[in-house]
Amino acid sequence: MSRDNLNRRRFLQSTAAAALSAPSIARAQGSAVKVGVLHPVSGALSYSGQQGRIGAQLAIEDINAAGGIKALGGAKIEAVLGDAQSTPDGGNAEVEKMNSAGVAAIVGGYASSICLAASQTAARYNLPYIVDVGVVDSIVTRGLKNTFRFGPGFGVIAKTALDNLVAINDAAGKPAKTVMIVHEDSAFGSGLSKLLNTQLPERGFQVLEVISHPTPTRDFNNVALKVRAQNPDIVIPANYYNEYVLFARTMQQQRVRPKGIYSVLGGAASSYKFVKEFPEAAQYIMDCNHWFDPKNQKALELKKRIDARNEFYTYEVYMNYSCILLLADAIERAGSADRARIIGALENSTFGGHLMPYGPTKFVNGQNQGAAPVNTQVIGNDIQVILPASFASAKAVFPMPRA
Amino acid sequence: MVSSVILVPALLNGLMTGAVYALVALGLTLIYGVLHIINFAHGALLTAALFAAFFANKLLGIDPYVAALFLAPLFFGIGYALQRFVIGPAAHGEDRNILLVTLGLAVMIENALLYAFRADTRTINLSYAFDVVEIGNSFLAVPRVVAFGVVVAIAALLWFAMRWTDTGKAIRAVAKEKLGAELSGINVAHIYAVTFGLGTACLAVTACLLIPTYYVNPHAGNAFVLIAFTIVVLGGMGSVAGAMLGGLFVGVVESFSGLYLGESLGQIGIFVMFILVLLFRPSGLFGERA
Repeated sequence: MSRDNLNRRRFLQSTAAAALSAPSIARAQGSAVKVGVLHPVSGALSYSGQQGRIGAQLAIEDINAAGGIKALGGAKIEAVLGDAQSTPDGGNAEVEKMNSAGVAAIVGGYASSICLAASQTAARYNLPYIVDVGVVDSIVTRGLKNTFRFGPGFGVIAKTALDNLVAINDAAGKPAKTVMIVHEDSAFGSGLSKLLNTQLPERGFQVLEVISHPTPTRDFNNVALKVRAQNPDIVIPANYYNEYVLFARTMQQQRVRPKGIYSVLGGAASSYKFVKEFPEAAQYIMDCNHWFDPKNQKALELKKRIDARNEFYTYEVYMNYSCILLLADAIERAGSADRARIIGALENSTFGGHLMPYGPTKFVNGQNQGAAPVNTQVIGNDIQVILPASFASAKAVFPMPRA
Repeated sequence: MVSSVILVPALLNGLMTGAVYALVALGLTLIYGVLHIINFAHGALLTAALFAAFFANKLLGIDPYVAALFLAPLFFGIGYALQRFVIGPAAHGEDRNILLVTLGLAVMIENALLYAFRADTRTINLSYAFDVVEIGNSFLAVPRVVAFGVVVAIAALLWFAMRWTDTGKAIRAVAKEKLGAELSGINVAHIYAVTFGLGTACLAVTACLLIPTYYVNPHAGNAFVLIAFTIVVLGGMGSVAGAMLGGLFVGVVESFSGLYLGESLGQIGIFVMFILVLLFRPSGLFGERA
């Protein structure tokens, strides 16, 4: 909003107009329900943010094309787009704007640090907030009634990742014993590395070193050198897309060849964009991350549509798509765009029409208990699911064959 | 914990990065030596040059190294015009006015770029950006090796020009004794503008060397200028050799402090050094007097 929108005359005009039109909103059946769609579409996280926005917008288009919110007389969903500019402050500012624009709920945030700040601000207005990706567990342990996370958090992801790492290593005859963690230094990377650093030794792995770096970082030479000197069996990168790609390419450039690159929520490790642009650097990278249900027809149809648009089907797309569907279902059951009633409907949600390989939807303190990650690996020019067995489309290739 | 497997490549990486810093510092120190002002617009002009190199590649498909051949003269012209028609006249002969004018220019250029291109961080992808040269057990990125070579060549060329050409001699004359130079028929306003143009042309070359591996956003140049300022102080205000050696030294310090203190804290080494130089040798390594 530009500054001149805030002058007194405009303010009076708009509030007068709102007051006059309010009764007609109440009468009119099917007037639009505004939903805040918040992503970091500029700045360091802009690629992920833009992907998230695409997913949310497609879901809204689909819902509207299928007749809108039926309980509200076919009301259309109207997206109020926001740019968090890759910072928590940017996210907060957008939540304030969305609140004054009268949104019924907000979906998005992407980065943990943005989700933490934005959901807190939304809580002040009792505004329902659905976290699309943000994985830090404190997002749902602060006791905020308005905040819901459909996807899995750190705790679950790290546990699954470690279980699967042990399983993959055991299956290959336990070739890996040492690990190095490279993580970005905001809430996401630091939290994850702390968790891994305490749990890896319990599972029989020795953590040689933990290296942190800021986002953005434009040079990973020193980091790659340290990895080369320590020569760990497994490298675990935990960073966002740009840094992940740069780090993987720098390792390739510096001829660092561990037995495995195993990411937990690797920013690019299970991204079709990365695999297409840098197939050599991406080859055999394993990841424990968000992924769509490869047996879900809706998920595969959406993939075709995204491919047809020449976009990449990254997890931001289908997670945001699923979150918007979840919200629409809640509004439908609430039978109202009232914020408190939407929160009530989300609390009791058993929504099953999403695209994810999750168990039954059930929210406890805002966290979906059915949410779970899967393990993927880049094999050839594709990304395959290697674990859990019920979804797997390929067997893990470990240790990495030497080129 | 750190062995020679790391130390040698880290040293070489530091030297490569340092060379780029040195070129930024070279422009800064040249302008300081002659005009006796710190050019606050240096960072903003570097950002502008980065954008120019970026769009030359994105829109016209010109390789950054080729772009340097025409961006350097272009930015020389921009620098010349800025000094001749904006900074010079606006300063009314007072040094502190020049300082404020360049500060104002910096604010204007940065915000114009922000308005035109938003805050997005942009990069270009070149096929050779991740190619390496193998030296012993270190793998050096090709763009860095190229940058190193180009910077050394430019520094040598600049040194040679300052020593042997008429313009070079005139620049040195104006730097030493402005009034005397004016009395012997040197057009001081012209020499000021030429110097400013040379400093700006250095930035255009820097930008072309950086863009294959670096990124551009409306604040990208600032990170370098803070470092360049440290180098100028370290090497001695106005000294070409000081800027070159200072740049290499700072690059190595940064590389090693990144290695030992972690990437998040890496740059702290540079600024610790900056404070130490100010405390113990305020005239710098090659400075004549404080």
